[in-house]
Amino acid sequence: MTDKNPGFRTERRGETTIVVLSGVLDAEAVSESWGKATALPDSPLKVDASEVDACDGAGLALLHLLTSRKNTELTGLKPEIQRLLAPFQGEKTEKNAPSEKPKRMGPIENLGQLASGFFADLSEIVAFLGKTVATFLECCRKPSLIRWTDLWVVAERAGVNALLIVGLISFLTGMILAFQAATALRQFGVEIFVVNLVSLAMLREMGVIMTGVVLAGRSGSAFAAEIGTMKINEEVSALETMGLDPVRFLVIPRVLAGILIMPFLTIYADIMGVAGGFLVMRLEGYPLPALWNQLVGAVSTNDLLSGLIKSFFFGFLVAGIGCLRGLQTRSGPSAVGESTTRSVVSGIFLIVVADAIFAVVFYVLKF
Amino acid sequence: MKKTTPSVRVENLTAAYGPTVILEHVNFEVQPGEVFVVLGGSGCGKSTLLKQMIGLIPPAAGEIFIEGENLDKASGSERLAVLRKFGVMFQSGALFGSMTLSENVELALEEFTDLPREARREIAAMKLELVGLEDALQKLPSEVSGGMQKRAAIARAMAMDPGLLFLDEPSAGLDPVTSADLDALILRLRDNVGVTFVVVTHELASIYAIADRAIMLDKSTKGIIADGAPAELRDHSENPLVRAFFQRKPQTS
Repeated sequence: MTDKNPGFRTERRGETTIVVLSGVLDAEAVSESWGKATALPDSPLKVDASEVDACDGAGLALLHLLTSRKNTELTGLKPEIQRLLAPFQGEKTEKNAPSEKPKRMGPIENLGQLASGFFADLSEIVAFLGKTVATFLECCRKPSLIRWTDLWVVAERAGVNALLIVGLISFLTGMILAFQAATALRQFGVEIFVVNLVSLAMLREMGVIMTGVVLAGRSGSAFAAEIGTMKINEEVSALETMGLDPVRFLVIPRVLAGILIMPFLTIYADIMGVAGGFLVMRLEGYPLPALWNQLVGAVSTNDLLSGLIKSFFFGFLVAGIGCLRGLQTRSGPSAVGESTTRSVVSGIFLIVVADAIFAVVFYVLKF
Repeated sequence: MKKTTPSVRVENLTAAYGPTVILEHVNFEVQPGEVFVVLGGSGCGKSTLLKQMIGLIPPAAGEIFIEGENLDKASGSERLAVLRKFGVMFQSGALFGSMTLSENVELALEEFTDLPREARREIAAMKLELVGLEDALQKLPSEVSGGMQKRAAIARAMAMDPGLLFLDEPSAGLDPVTSADLDALILRLRDNVGVTFVVVTHELASIYAIADRAIMLDKSTKGIIADGAPAELRDHSENPLVRAFFQRKPQTS
């Protein structure tokens, strides 16, 4: 029985399998032969390498595979190839034996690990936000502890520079809400109530949520990236060894900036959203005074306040989680990217959870 | 004769990451005015030992005293007082990228003293002049070379006039001439300012140039396998691992 594969022929002589290798044993030749080499029967093996002209890393791997079997005899290998193979031959010691593959976990174990990781992360978030509040209160007692210059720089970057995107998103959200509501309300002849829907939705929910999401995407991620890079560059360690608390030095200016700018951005988003709704209604032919009267009658101070109260908390959560993810950055080329992604995901998640809690509380309080 | 307090005293120290023990039962003392080098191959625990000495990682067991004070057990203002006793130069320099070299040095003065701004600037300028950076006061870290960043990091570490400086791999990533300049700076600061140095490195040329005393850590024994002057260790050590390190003999042939 003869195998016609060039470079790798097998013959049977009684109990013994003879493998005849020939030509250039390179990656191309080995890719054709490797499957046959691993499928050889478990019988004594003679490898005739006298016709092998040259060999690259793949060829050496094939020779190593064949010679590392029991009862294998290798003959005819050119001395220069033998020299290349020599470092890989010999008994496997504990040191160079391949390490055992880590055991793969089952779905239940995976689920358990995910759940335990989630709760560990949650407890870390709570502990960190608690420490931030404690440091903030300490700073309130002694305002000189706050890095005011950093605070204004962050406030400008996260606030003023975000005006365009917050304005655009809110304006379009107001327009979309108005278009959708107008179609339904027109059927009942109460199209003017679109103003009520848009203004209440913007003031109580959409304005603050859209602003929070933009803050998470623009600034929470930036905080995570900045602090994460500082962590990798050992700047955070340098602060610690200088006796400077990274929470006071890095986190407080960012969190305070987040808390300060969020209400302003929210009011701006509310105005832009209502303006978007008004534009749609103007296109429908309603005069501006009628729309204004409808707006004044529809919204109360509580509606504005409910959005503003939430904005402080959202600013705190988004900025805080961005800083935490930055401080949690580990080493490695993908670490900062991972931290920024986690900051955005966690920021949006916390906004939604906090909004749900506020919805229940405001409902109970009839606020 | 009155015995002086060692700048650093490490007693029966164990370092571990979870269940993985890196170092066990490590004991040594660094005397004031010494340039003390911690050396060893990659992965032997040099950086871990440094992080423990400067308080970034708590010891798994044992104690570390900085000028007689235990940093790990101190908290609040006591810890701050111990931290003021030493400065650290990290391997990358770890200068704050958004601040000029002068502002980097001024930072600790601004945070911990009531000195007016002009005085802080003057002190920072003097510290930077001490390390030969008088022409780069207003430059950002990204605008200067790696060697200059490391010198600026030494100036920043000296801002509060500590008697002890920890240097992590000062020669890493530097060309031989810049590295020799840094070695000369270390010796000048020891002789002129009286600073004690604890240097973590595996650069043989630097070790011979600066070390009064060196300890060598070993991954397999998880402890100190040599303690003495570098030339003495090279010529007279009975431990083959120590001789191999100093004679740059490969271990994997």
